Amino acid sequence: MKKFKFISYFTFAIVGLLTTALVSCEREFSEDITLATFPTIPEVFTDNPVNLTDEFFISFDPADGANVNGFDTDNDAYRGTQAIKIDVPAPNDPDGGFIGGIFLDRGEGRNLTEYTALTFWAKGSTTASVGLFGFGTDFIADKYAVSLNEITLSTAWRKYIIPMPDPSKLVQEKGMFIFSAGTESTGDLGYSIWIDEIRFEKLNTFAQARTSILGGEDVTRQVYNGELVVDGVQQTVNLGDGSELVVNIASGYLDFHTSDPTVVQIDAQGKIMVVAEGTATITASLNGVEATGSLIVESKGEFIPAPTPTQDAANVISIYSDEYTNVNIDFYNGFWQPYQTTTSADIEVNGDNILGYENFNFVGHQFSDPTVDATSMTHLHMDILIPGALPSNAKFIVTIKDFGANGADGGGDDKTQKVTLLSSQLKGDAWTTIDIPLTLSQRSKVGQFIFENGGSAVTNLYMDNVYFYKQ
Amino acid sequence: MKFKNRIQTNRFQLFSLLGVIVVLSVLLTSCDPDETQVVTNFTTITMQDEFDVAGAPNSDIWGFDIGRGNDGWGNKELQYYTDRSDNVVVEDGMLKITAVSESYQGAVYTSARLKTQGKFEQKYGRFEARIKLPWGQGIWPAFWMLGSNFDIVSWPQCGEIDIMEFKGQEPTIISGSLHGPGYSAASPVTKSFELTNDRFDTGFHIFGIEWGEDYVNYYVDDVLYNQITPEDADGEWVFDQPFFIILNLAVGGGYVGTPNSSTVFPQEMLVDYVRVYAAE
Repeated sequence: MKKFKFISYFTFAIVGLLTTALVSCEREFSEDITLATFPTIPEVFTDNPVNLTDEFFISFDPADGANVNGFDTDNDAYRGTQAIKIDVPAPNDPDGGFIGGIFLDRGEGRNLTEYTALTFWAKGSTTASVGLFGFGTDFIADKYAVSLNEITLSTAWRKYIIPMPDPSKLVQEKGMFIFSAGTESTGDLGYSIWIDEIRFEKLNTFAQARTSILGGEDVTRQVYNGELVVDGVQQTVNLGDGSELVVNIASGYLDFHTSDPTVVQIDAQGKIMVVAEGTATITASLNGVEATGSLIVESKGEFIPAPTPTQDAANVISIYSDEYTNVNIDFYNGFWQPYQTTTSADIEVNGDNILGYENFNFVGHQFSDPTVDATSMTHLHMDILIPGALPSNAKFIVTIKDFGANGADGGGDDKTQKVTLLSSQLKGDAWTTIDIPLTLSQRSKVGQFIFENGGSAVTNLYMDNVYFYKQ
Repeated sequence: MKFKNRIQTNRFQLFSLLGVIVVLSVLLTSCDPDETQVVTNFTTITMQDEFDVAGAPNSDIWGFDIGRGNDGWGNKELQYYTDRSDNVVVEDGMLKITAVSESYQGAVYTSARLKTQGKFEQKYGRFEARIKLPWGQGIWPAFWMLGSNFDIVSWPQCGEIDIMEFKGQEPTIISGSLHGPGYSAASPVTKSFELTNDRFDTGFHIFGIEWGEDYVNYYVDDVLYNQITPEDADGEWVFDQPFFIILNLAVGGGYVGTPNSSTVFPQEMLVDYVRVYAAE
């Protein structure tokens, strides 16, 4: 946000300068005039980082499992004396199971508008597939991020090209390079990557860029008023050898268009806001060229929040609510493989957080550290909202699981209480308040809820105010 | 002693220098014909189409081949050639030949092939066109010539001069070739030219030949990249008679292969001008 404002001021400054020059001088610009610009240095790393500080590498967050120990330089270089060497850890490495981060220009940023691509040379100790290489990620706004994903390395040096979708946007870029690598492709065996000669270049050998949003498909989404993000932005270019290259690009490169501004508005910064009930189609263009794919927004208008809980906080153990303090939570979606299809699409409406689930078949909440002693509690409460008309076969199954003496999932001592709600007990397009009397005799170590649709057509739902209470 | 010694040294140097000159002379006189250039100035313009008049191409200069030819014009090409404005039109100061993916007369692509046969034919000269090429797997544009006795002696006896051929899947490379009896089809006299840090589908480039008695010189923009002479041809030299010009955009065929899912249609070949010169 801060970065964006700075760009605004910069643009304004140039316009100011131009205006001044134009009104105060009737002649053409003198040949001596140079408009203020940021450095245009193309090199990022040759034998050393170029025009970057010693602290140019910023790792992903170790709290997310990033290993900060595998980043070094090595004299096995493609050219010159030094290359970057990255030791990709195995997933069970105590220092972190993957490695990645960015090369940040800690100065004012660079003007890259005269270049067309980021290029570098790389090789691997094995033909591993690297998660991503790219640029434009600065860990601030990531407005102009571009990445090449799932790149299979060669064990010999090979040149990689990452085209810029629109160089004219990169007037002050700080994200010089990004990589992320794990061992998904090597059967969890660690390996090394060497990277050398990272630079921006003016290459004219690739062309015919084609941009798409949402995989080039026309996607319909039912939403409520609020901000909307269009994802799945890709660009395909034809390389000099005739092959096609696909990169993932940030939506900051696009201009969005709305078919109905009374339903969907797009502000000057490209922020998409759903403002009223109705239907509108969002399309995009990059530098004036239409992207394929569109988002058809079916807005249901203002989101009506779930009823505010009225229980006294002293009588509540809260799992998910804004009203009470929640217990320590492992997750609100376990992404249980391989059968779970449920993805999360949580929303926030006027400060009220709501769990959202899409492609719902089943999903779980877990709170095992510590487990919850619900012995004195009498009920489990939750509010759920199933958008759209209620399917005639609608079903919603809640399972409460106590982990038993071992306090852990499994081990033969778990006990469960399962409650099935049928369509007669559920509502479409409105909140259903569910209060389940607790019948589970053993409930001193409750650690998990499982929610299922029982094979019914309930595939989207919102959930709020999940808590135990006593009457 | 000292003086004499210096003289001898100088003599030795002189002999060395003479030796170098002799070696150089031998190299120059015996060098490969590809590296020598016969210079004839073709400065008199004999035919010129700047494509400035919108509509159908000028019928005083251009005729058409229509249909699919025999076995896809001898190359298993996939397009049906038409003279519809969907496939060939002059607009914006350019000739636009458009390859379209559509079912038409049993073919799955349509396109166009223009020729000056019976309208403009010339022996020797400078033949050039400024063209922006289409792109993609299976796209095969060409600027080429056939001997005017094509209908009498048939191919390859009539001779074929390919000024420019392009494979859409190799966007930085064009080829120039000669086909004649004994050196045709898959074994012409040919050479490729590759652009440095550029490609042929993003801007206009000039493709041309300078053709005189016993030679054809090939150039792209300001780069002369090949000369073919009778010594290079493994057969009779048949390039001492008038030829006519062909501009076409083929789809598929043995030379380029079939389009695939990444091939984008329609594809346009844009010709800014065709100019032909003769010696004074």
